Amino acid sequence: MECQECHLRPATLHFTKIVNGKKMEVHLCEQCAREKGEVMAGSNAFSIHNLLSGLLNFEEMAGHSDPFEEPSVLQCPKCGLTYSDFIKVGKFGCAECYRAFRDRLDPILRKVHAGNTVHTGKVPKRTGKGISIKRKIKELKEKLQRLVANEEFEEAAKVRDEIRALEKEGDVS
Amino acid sequence: MTLRRFIDQAVSPWMQGDGPNVDIVLSSRIRLARNLTEFAFPVMATESQAKKALDFIRERLEGAEYHSLGKFAWIDMDRLEPIEKRVLVEKHLISPYLVEESVHSAALINDAESVSIMVNEEDHLRIQCLFPGFQLNEALTLANGIDDWLEQKFTFAFDEQRGYLTSCPTNVGTGLRASVMIHLPALMITQRMNRIAPAINQFGLVIRGIYGEGSEALGNVFQISNQITLGKSEEDIVEDLRGVVMQLIQQENAARRDLMNFSRIQLEDRVFRSYGVLANSRIIPSKEAAKCLSDVRLGVDLGLIKGVTRNVLNELMVLTQPGFLQHYFKETLEPEERDVRRATLIRERLKKTGLDDPIE
Repeated sequence: MECQECHLRPATLHFTKIVNGKKMEVHLCEQCAREKGEVMAGSNAFSIHNLLSGLLNFEEMAGHSDPFEEPSVLQCPKCGLTYSDFIKVGKFGCAECYRAFRDRLDPILRKVHAGNTVHTGKVPKRTGKGISIKRKIKELKEKLQRLVANEEFEEAAKVRDEIRALEKEGDVS
Repeated sequence: MTLRRFIDQAVSPWMQGDGPNVDIVLSSRIRLARNLTEFAFPVMATESQAKKALDFIRERLEGAEYHSLGKFAWIDMDRLEPIEKRVLVEKHLISPYLVEESVHSAALINDAESVSIMVNEEDHLRIQCLFPGFQLNEALTLANGIDDWLEQKFTFAFDEQRGYLTSCPTNVGTGLRASVMIHLPALMITQRMNRIAPAINQFGLVIRGIYGEGSEALGNVFQISNQITLGKSEEDIVEDLRGVVMQLIQQENAARRDLMNFSRIQLEDRVFRSYGVLANSRIIPSKEAAKCLSDVRLGVDLGLIKGVTRNVLNELMVLTQPGFLQHYFKETLEPEERDVRRATLIRERLKKTGLDDPIE
């Protein structure tokens, strides 16, 4: 595809612009994009952080496609931040906000974190002990199924005992 | 007094250490964002709430000691002069955000200035570990240790599904930002950077100038960091960044070799011209100084210039910034006056290295 501006070089930058609700496909070469002042991928002027509140706004617009829907005020009970303010600012007000806005977060997180919505990293040692055990149990259960499918029953029995021990530990704490 | 030293010395002790690939990777950094369950996040907190959170944290951390690092100095931002804050930003010990946006904020800094914990930044706690050269895993290990130590004192906002809860949705999950500062002069000279930068973005990484978001790459120094914090483990995030940086190091080295093999005289000309400017100019704006320092550093890396150490260049990189310069001369300076002082300072430093004729 050639650049729609100079019609000389191949277009290397493809993006969709939304201006006043109108969608436009843009295909430019790097040189023309720079001259036009369009966003350069990799240039530092345009990071995800600047983009975020725009991104959230878009979500909001899409969510209100039904004109008969009751415009409910979704608000965090702890800090009082409303969902519409969250969209504007792009920042949560407190830890409780995550629970209050839970039903609407997945699409946002998916966009920001390349499709991910669930944490798989570190768990706090002291307060997250139960979570660590739960995760371990889940892992072991998957292992158990694999072992049973492969008819490695001896090994499976060991894993089963391990799971039981962990479940006990989880109950106590 | 520790605070004085943080502010008076341009080069942090940790910067003088050696690290792998230190000729290209200037430093490696790990940052963890953590919040306390009890308090509203600093962005939403009222002034009195912010004060409460600060006092709560102060009570538990002022004078605290982390075994391998010794005591942290507690620095209240409210008690610093604007220029002192600027100096700490220029040394990367605190963020511009902490200076410009935060109320009732503080920073804990260790003696080597390799660790700083910002209080009441965008999140309640921001742990930052800096290492010289390419040492991301070492920085992560230290940051994790400090995180565990802090977790004994505070209950962190954590959700089984979402992980560590942060004020900005871009940090949620691990709260981890891993980054390297990397000097890529040869990729810039050969204009290969134009092709590489977009590719880096495709790996979920961000590349930008040294002073964080929105700043241009002064002196060919870039910061590369992860963008995704959710759905990947800390180790995987660091490993992905490490892999890309390894590639960049190889590319930069290849470009340096090409310059030496095919355009040696042009390269020497560029390097020694820049040296000449630094050694002789009477007025030098910060942009030009950064460019010339980058050229001279490349010359030192390639053995074209002998007798100038990287430490002197590191020092000049920090020292020639507006905040530091004014602090050094103990007065507020107009931009034109700054350019004159900057030139003087650079000439003096280079003379001190005893390098009359840098050409062997």
